[in-house]
Amino acid sequence: MKPTPGRWPIALTCVLVVMWLLLNQTLALGHLLIGIVLAVLLAWATRYLRPLQPRISRPWLFVPLLFMVLADIVRSNIGVARIVLGLVGERKVRSGFVRIPLDMRDPHALAVLAGIVTSTPGTVWVGVDEGGKRLTLHVLDLRDESEWVRWIKQRYERLLMRIFE
Amino acid sequence: MNHVDLPLWVTIPGTLLLVFGGLLVLIGSAGLVKLEHFYARMHPPTMGTTLGTGCVLITSMLVSSALEQRPVIHEILITVFVVMSAPVSAMLLMRAAVYREHRKRPEPTQPLDDIGGTIPPRD
Amino acid sequence: MNAVFDYAAWFASLCFVLAMLCALVRLFIGPAAQDRVLALDTLYINGMLTLLMLGIRSSSTVYFDMALLIALFGFASTIALAKFLLRGEVIEP
Repeated sequence: MKPTPGRWPIALTCVLVVMWLLLNQTLALGHLLIGIVLAVLLAWATRYLRPLQPRISRPWLFVPLLFMVLADIVRSNIGVARIVLGLVGERKVRSGFVRIPLDMRDPHALAVLAGIVTSTPGTVWVGVDEGGKRLTLHVLDLRDESEWVRWIKQRYERLLMRIFE
Repeated sequence: MNHVDLPLWVTIPGTLLLVFGGLLVLIGSAGLVKLEHFYARMHPPTMGTTLGTGCVLITSMLVSSALEQRPVIHEILITVFVVMSAPVSAMLLMRAAVYREHRKRPEPTQPLDDIGGTIPPRD
Repeated sequence: MNAVFDYAAWFASLCFVLAMLCALVRLFIGPAAQDRVLALDTLYINGMLTLLMLGIRSSSTVYFDMALLIALFGFASTIALAKFLLRGEVIEP
């Protein structure tokens, strides 16, 4: 079956133009024109590579998501640093795998969640099973599994479902 | 070293960010050597790639903006690229490690007591 | 205040070089292949940071392009190595 191209990737084109201008550190008209031509050509060349188009219904919610992720990254950096330096007292650090049931189905939302979870130190995404119903994480400091399930579901899954559905 | 005097709004946050970022990256790489099991070793280097890189790149932006007397923000390209690529490689590496572990020990064993010494559950 | 900033820059460079040494240790002793790939991943990030520190300390912007190139090639090589560990080949037909 021949894949059909989606609608024109406007966001990709804009990002490529901005990237070209940043790389050349200029706002001159000539570079702007070259950037636009290159971006349009590249977007045209890659239009068959994206069979799914994301549907983002509430894009402004990315702003609180960004701040939440930043706060979590700082907090878990400190937590992982304490574990590496052995500043956890007498407690024995146990790590292992956690399974989390998911309600999200949108592949783009899952991709964003995977990026968030993996770029937070202390948690690494292992995978989702066939139907995308259960997600497996590896957690460095696993104290209580139900706490992690609640953490992912309430903090991120609800917000991502509101953004993407 | 620097021929121009940097203003205070560069040096004070720059000093703090560089010390913090340097310590984070060093602790992360020390954890790579220190921790016992591969799955546990996946975690500490992420500290360097997220906050460590962020600290150094913010300092770099501040310094070059002060030197060129205009906002220089092209370091944000590296930030965006590292932020987007580091999770992808970590996930793929984790998946490769799980796959190889399953091939080596086909039967799920009892969880060991040390850090991360468990075999992942099989779907 | 400039002197303090210079000391901080020296300190950060020292930290990054020590971190590269740690990654090298793991690269040599790492029992499994995935340990070595993870060490290589850490090594290129630390090398990129060292280059950026060189750029900050010498107040020049030419190191930026090198850092960007290291980030690009490091990512591609980590992906290729991890893919090889996963499937035994990099580009599948």
